[in-house]
Amino acid sequence: MRLLRMVIVLAALAAPSLALSAKEDQPQPPADFVPAENEPQEQIPAMPLLGAAYGFIWLGVFGYVWSVARRLRKVEAEIAALEARKR
Amino acid sequence: MIVLMALAGTMFAAAPFLIDAAPQEATMGLVYKIYFFHMPSAWMFLTAAVVAGVASFRLLFLKRPRADHWVMAAAELAVLFGACTLVTGPLWARKSWGVWWVWDARLTSSLMLFMIFVAYVLLRKYGGAGSDKLGAGLALFGMANVPFIYVSVNYWRTFHPPTSVVPKLPIEMGIPLWFCVAAFTLLFIILLRLRARLEHQRDRVEMLYLAEDEA
Repeated sequence: MRLLRMVIVLAALAAPSLALSAKEDQPQPPADFVPAENEPQEQIPAMPLLGAAYGFIWLGVFGYVWSVARRLRKVEAEIAALEARKR
Repeated sequence: MIVLMALAGTMFAAAPFLIDAAPQEATMGLVYKIYFFHMPSAWMFLTAAVVAGVASFRLLFLKRPRADHWVMAAAELAVLFGACTLVTGPLWARKSWGVWWVWDARLTSSLMLFMIFVAYVLLRKYGGAGSDKLGAGLALFGMANVPFIYVSVNYWRTFHPPTSVVPKLPIEMGIPLWFCVAAFTLLFIILLRLRARLEHQRDRVEMLYLAEDEA
């Protein structure tokens, strides 16, 4: 109990200095704005993001359809085998 | 079923042409076109959660054992469409908001709903006997989350567009959107029926084994 209290007090004392050191690690905001000499290029092109989004959906849906069809075929083959054995 | 599949196939083949013909958005540019698949995916995600919740209610309180097949089917679809929503959303956000993710009410609650249904699927796979009822309870909690997700953008501060964007869409953006919503709804119905059929057939296999043991 005494040890636990000591740990809590030490953590409380260390918290502000830890928070300050974490703040120092953060990227600093720019001190001033500099006008661009040429018109800036677009930083994040849209096309790869658009392609990735549509590609993911197509892959996900086709993958799921394939998985359900495979499982269904397996179960239906098992049913056919069991019914043939029954006869 | 074959007719539905052919219709869905045709609609998904036509969708890229309609999306391509839609105009670009004034501030977001080309990337907003993710919306035409993102929004229908999100709606199917919420619909799957509601279907799973209703079927769970039937299983738990009306004692309909076959309702379990529909809970299983809808839960898997919630995972599929949830993944589609949670992947396409950040891809759109990276360009529009400058970040992949923000911990606002809409995104966080959607992630929670997705995790509830991932937990459901894992529970049914590895949970053993009794996991159907435990899972149904989980799916009911998932459904309770749906209205909160839907209205969250209207009540809490967020970058996410509010629900009022949809009815106010200009016609040239509205036509491809509603076309995609129809295609996704059709796909949802087909997948739900296929997946439920798999569970019906698994039940049949068990019955056949039981009959064989008794004979």
